[in-house]
Amino acid sequence: MRHVISVLVNDQPRVLARVANLLGRRNFNIESISVGESEEEGLSRMVIVTQGDERTMEQIQKQLHKLVDVIKVQDLSEYASVERELLLVKVGAAPATRMEIKGIVEPFRAAVVDVGPNSMMVQATGERAKLDALLELLRPYGIKEMARTGVTALPRSVNKAAATTS
Amino acid sequence: MATVEQGVDQGKEAKEYTGSEILLRCLIEEGVEVAFGYPGGAVLPIYDSLYSSRLKHLLARHEQGAIHAADGYARATGKAGVVIATSGPGATNLVTGIANAQMDSIPLVCITGNVAQHLIGTDAFQEADITGITMPITKHSYLVTDVRDLPRVIKEAFHIATTGRPGPVLIDIPKDVSNAKATYSYPDSVSIRGYQPHADPHPLQVQRLHQAIAEASQPVILAGGGVVTSGAEEELIAFAEKAGIPVTTTLMGLGGFPGQHPLWLGMPGMHGTYAANHALLETDLLIGVGARFDDRVTMGRLDKFATGAKIVHIDIDPAEIGKNLDAYIPLVGDVKKVLATAIPGLRRSSSEAWIKQLEKWKQEKPYSFKDAEDTLKPQWVIRHLHETTKGKAVVTTDVGQHQMWVAQYFPFARPRSFITSGGLGTMGFGFPAALGAQVACPDEVVISVTGDGGFQMTNQELAVAAMANIPVKVAIINNHCLGMVRQWQEVFYQERYSEVDLSGSPDFVRLSEAYGVKAWRAKTKQEASDAWREALDHPGPAVIDFWVTPEENVYPMVAPGTGLDEMIMGDEAE
Ligand SMILES: Cc1ncc(C[n+]2csc(CCOP(=O)(O)OP(=O)(O)O)c2C)c(N)n1
Repeated sequence: MRHVISVLVNDQPRVLARVANLLGRRNFNIESISVGESEEEGLSRMVIVTQGDERTMEQIQKQLHKLVDVIKVQDLSEYASVERELLLVKVGAAPATRMEIKGIVEPFRAAVVDVGPNSMMVQATGERAKLDALLELLRPYGIKEMARTGVTALPRSVNKAAATTS
Repeated sequence: MATVEQGVDQGKEAKEYTGSEILLRCLIEEGVEVAFGYPGGAVLPIYDSLYSSRLKHLLARHEQGAIHAADGYARATGKAGVVIATSGPGATNLVTGIANAQMDSIPLVCITGNVAQHLIGTDAFQEADITGITMPITKHSYLVTDVRDLPRVIKEAFHIATTGRPGPVLIDIPKDVSNAKATYSYPDSVSIRGYQPHADPHPLQVQRLHQAIAEASQPVILAGGGVVTSGAEEELIAFAEKAGIPVTTTLMGLGGFPGQHPLWLGMPGMHGTYAANHALLETDLLIGVGARFDDRVTMGRLDKFATGAKIVHIDIDPAEIGKNLDAYIPLVGDVKKVLATAIPGLRRSSSEAWIKQLEKWKQEKPYSFKDAEDTLKPQWVIRHLHETTKGKAVVTTDVGQHQMWVAQYFPFARPRSFITSGGLGTMGFGFPAALGAQVACPDEVVISVTGDGGFQMTNQELAVAAMANIPVKVAIINNHCLGMVRQWQEVFYQERYSEVDLSGSPDFVRLSEAYGVKAWRAKTKQEASDAWREALDHPGPAVIDFWVTPEENVYPMVAPGTGLDEMIMGDEAE
């Protein structure tokens, strides 16, 4: 099963290396890691997307906790949460197809953020699946370059009920 | 007068010290008695400060020797061992020793020098990213970038190394930080937000343990290194006796429960006793106490291990619980505290018939070997070391057959008297570790039982024994080959003996003498007991080269990938 784990860590040099190293060494499978500032000065929030059964998830959490720089570990799959990823994609776009691409992009609430003679850059945010869907539609135009941030996430504010029903 | 001085003091700026001076002051403040190490460019400031410090330092002949000595010191005392090495090659020479300490949960503080910060990352002369290299094998590490951080970092390092599940902590100090100046004050306390070891057990789980014991009829305790680490031997005896539960101790747990105790079953696993292994196969309640269900015990065959048992797992490290084996009752906490908490409410299990059965197996199938009159059997030598010292010795081993024979034929009576590389299985560990143990325990007989292979990995440390007159007795169990590898090739590779012949090794007697260390050779029992007596009587370091029969194998043996029910028994134990 897919899990999204939120890890609060000291904002220290190498802390990402420590976490990535631990996960790699223990042979845990990682889909994405993203890191950035958290609400508290001196702490970063790392969001890790991984696959595994209950036992593996328990080990991942416990092993992460062993790192001195790790303050808190939370498996967001146990909560109702908001997950987001940012996608930047440059698709082939001759002047004739520009409108067509715009039409595709709109329902996804994505935006065209750059236009070149033969290409356009589209920016989209959302859950992974939504971005995958958008990419599928853009693919026929030719994807020239692409970058994704990996998932970042936070639990929703109203959560207790969701946690028990899920 | 006093008031005048105070006035003067206040008027002056607080005195400044260099980073290296601060480091040494901190080490003294931590109660460090001795550091093991080797100098070099990046640690020149530290060695210069050492020159006028009262910290004792032992100069090894290889950084690996230094760190294993610090490790032996730590295992013998429970205190953190301290090692100092220079940047680059000095630091990388520590790697094996760090991994070794990490695998056996040994507290070490490893201090490495690094090139000055403006050179870091430029592939400068003798630069190595030692914090990066050792990331997977340290409990924690620091790269100190500001001299003002040094006292806090050192305080934290000792705290992290010695508390919770102990382990090695590395402090990498760039040369400019050693040279930089700051005022000195050592913090009284530590508070690390992400590090809060959990020592006290959960009362509910203790109740469940009581219940499970009351219901069990074939319980067994599997005691590991955690018992030794937490100093829980008395609690373990009281617990086992009160509840009527037999005890098997892993390699790391040997000495954590007296080897002469009627409830002791011996060591389990690959070269374990019949009684211990069958106890693990047939138990209905397995209580793991500071043991991690390692594959040398379970053989990695969890489908054949304690299959009918409820598992209780007591460990200070929550990540050990459920790592290899699911626990029916998880008990996170310091082993000593957990046992002490559990003892009062403990009721006896109905284990009389079970204990009788195990006793019968112990009698019928003990460790055994075919002795011979005219040759020297390795098992005989180990038994002889035990008999002549009445077990009152600290014994270190290297890795291989002799290590297993020590585990089998030297029943350890007290904790910290057996020092061996359990997790990593590091050849070359035993002899330097013995030096460290002897420095820690000057009044004990310290015996380094080693192989002719393993001894050659760190025998240059004979110079340290000679120079500092460290009276370690080195017993080389010389079978003229890499014995344990030879055994595997015999059993699993149709006697295709590939690269295990050690002819071409030096004459160990002459080698020792070249270092100024007294040495003997023994090829018969008579020579062996004579030489051993003289070596014991000799006040300084001594080496005895015991020439034993090369074809001897360690039995019983459980082949990797098979279960504990498929033990291959030895010659006489069939
Ligand atoms: C550093 C290192 N290299 C290789 C090994 C693999 N190994 C395990 S036991 C052994 C043979 C040890 O021979 P010796 O030291 O003579 O001891 P014996 O088994 O003969 O008692 C070897 C090579 C090891 N454990 N450590």
